[in-house]
Amino acid sequence: MSELTPGEQPMGEQVMGELWARLRRTTPARIALGRVGHALPLGEVLDFQLAHAGARDAVHAALDTAALAAELAPLPVLQVASDAPDRATYLRRPDLGRRLSEQSAALLAETGGRHDVVFVIGDGLSATGVQAGAARLLKACSAQLGDLTIGPVVVATQARVALGDPIGAALGARVSVMIIGERPGLSVHDSLGIYMTFAPHPGRSDAERNCISNIHGAGGLSPQDAARTLGWLLREALRRELSGVSLKDDQTPALPFEDPGRA
Amino acid sequence: MPFSCDLGGERHSFEDLKAVLAAASPLRSGDELAGLAASSATRRVAARWVLADLPLKVFLSEALVPYDADEVTRLIIDSHDAAAFAPIAHLTVGGFRDWLLSEAADEAALAGIARGVTPEMAAAVSKLMRVQDLIAVARKIRVVTAFRSTIGLPGRLSTRLQPNHPADDPRGIAAAVLDGLLHGVGDAVIGVNPATDSVPAATTLIRMLDELRGAYAIPTQTCVLTHVTNALTIMERGAPVDLVFQSVAGSEGANAGFGIDLAVLREAHAAALALGRGTVGRNVMYFETGQGSALSANAHHGVDQQTMEARAYAVARAFDPLLVNTVVGFIGPEYLYDGKQIIRAGLEDHFCGKLLGLPMGCDVCYTNHAEADQDDMDSLMTLLTVAGCSFLICVPGSDDVMLSYQSLSNHDALYLRSVMGLRPAPEFEAWLQNVGIAAPDGSLRALADGASPFVRQLAENLS
Repeated sequence: MSELTPGEQPMGEQVMGELWARLRRTTPARIALGRVGHALPLGEVLDFQLAHAGARDAVHAALDTAALAAELAPLPVLQVASDAPDRATYLRRPDLGRRLSEQSAALLAETGGRHDVVFVIGDGLSATGVQAGAARLLKACSAQLGDLTIGPVVVATQARVALGDPIGAALGARVSVMIIGERPGLSVHDSLGIYMTFAPHPGRSDAERNCISNIHGAGGLSPQDAARTLGWLLREALRRELSGVSLKDDQTPALPFEDPGRA
Repeated sequence: MPFSCDLGGERHSFEDLKAVLAAASPLRSGDELAGLAASSATRRVAARWVLADLPLKVFLSEALVPYDADEVTRLIIDSHDAAAFAPIAHLTVGGFRDWLLSEAADEAALAGIARGVTPEMAAAVSKLMRVQDLIAVARKIRVVTAFRSTIGLPGRLSTRLQPNHPADDPRGIAAAVLDGLLHGVGDAVIGVNPATDSVPAATTLIRMLDELRGAYAIPTQTCVLTHVTNALTIMERGAPVDLVFQSVAGSEGANAGFGIDLAVLREAHAAALALGRGTVGRNVMYFETGQGSALSANAHHGVDQQTMEARAYAVARAFDPLLVNTVVGFIGPEYLYDGKQIIRAGLEDHFCGKLLGLPMGCDVCYTNHAEADQDDMDSLMTLLTVAGCSFLICVPGSDDVMLSYQSLSNHDALYLRSVMGLRPAPEFEAWLQNVGIAAPDGSLRALADGASPFVRQLAENLS
């Protein structure tokens, strides 16, 4: 590490500006925003407020299940709802979002089945994200599972992660895989998460799941990389008959990062 | 023990001690979700009258979560320091509130009773305290911890630099670290939440952060906030772990939901101590908590969320942590609905943590599904700083691009230090001046200012 020797010129503002421009391309984080006194410049303040408004709107959007089912075709699709009747209730009552409505429970009980894997697509906290990317992610995942038997795809509204437990149990899944809309952030409103649970049944704890998060196109995991990770975890779960913290994702991670640009 | 009172000709009775505590708690959505909140505003005040007259000692004889069924209760009861409790043993909960606010309760007296106060006592008295009481008492309490920097000294406000990246990209994380350092942020810890659970990915980040810290001789500690069992594996494999992180909660069941118990925390604490990496202190643990975690794991035992939160501090306290912070608005509107509830909870958590003797900080934050915004965070961070909060979490531009929530910005730390006349940890403050990030008067140079040798070195290395 070289010391700055006396008499050397400090770097010019233009050089520093170029350095910061280069650093900004390495992350979607809001770095190098500048300062007005100790505060953010007004443009950054209003940019933040706009992003927050967009995220708030994503939280309250509704999932178009018919459009999603059409995108999933020719895969068979079952549509279910949680016990939370609307968005306002869903936000305050996560317990209702973890269990099936009476009607949906009856539908799944009637369907039954026996499968290695059942995929569930839940709206979660970003129907916007699910609408945009869940079908593609699901297809990438199922392509990793060649020889395994896969049940019908369950599309669930007003869904929390644990809704995959009663769904997986009713459909006789050895493993349930919930693809769900993650809580929108400012920069990303359409991030997806995958939660994998071996032997799903109501009462599973979160420590018994494996999670792959931040799947989105603005610098997050690509669907292909998420699918590869899931493929490995899922086969390990079936082989070792468990999931969660005792099943470590111990393969070398492949986390790509491409020039993201800010949302 | 009667749990009832007469108010305005009406008799209010409560089934048991935990029902009194729950009903006395300021309104919050998590207690409503659990079916524990007071059924009316009047009943809430009635519960406070009942609570005020209960002797503090009742919490030593009546366990809210059964002793035989819960290792956190056993930890609380078995580690209770009767000698430290002696000066307040005669008080009621209401009397305790008055004593805390009195001049007799000075810094030394408050430090003296810390090990005699149980989480339930702290939670109970907080329910009788207004926001100004929570601030006034917490401000009198100093908890000093150290590793490579010293946290919690008078006149100081420390910060965690949180350079998260959605794909754990080391270059992107390094860029955010630089941005934070140039804002004078990072003296509590440079701490990354990894995007994946992977041991190799966490190890890569730990090595990268340690190289960065070492290359510039930054007097702070680094941490990758991976699960404690991962940290054990990583330490076994010889990676440079400064601090072991873990989320903790207030019951055995809730901790099981996190995949931990006290034994694994003990194992990790011993392993991190054995590495001997601290230079000015040996506090090697970093814990995060947050109201609602026990209920979310369905392991709250019918106890209100603020009391369960205080019990998490008993877990933290057993391992002499460097840092503890509540992630107050992270959990969502089903537990803390809006800005008002988040602000109150942040101040309660800080107060209870400090009263129990913890180096308490706060992640002043909210999510996009809560009814809160930047104005609420401005209020909470200012109140916490007045209350003497040990450290706050900062992310670039308030936007955590990995965890998808809003915390404080690096700029917020500048504002707080400026309006309150506070400085970073002394070792870090000296370093900021030595490398030219800060001028000799402590003021920070602009980001575009290339005069600093530190910035010049970085420019050369990152180019």
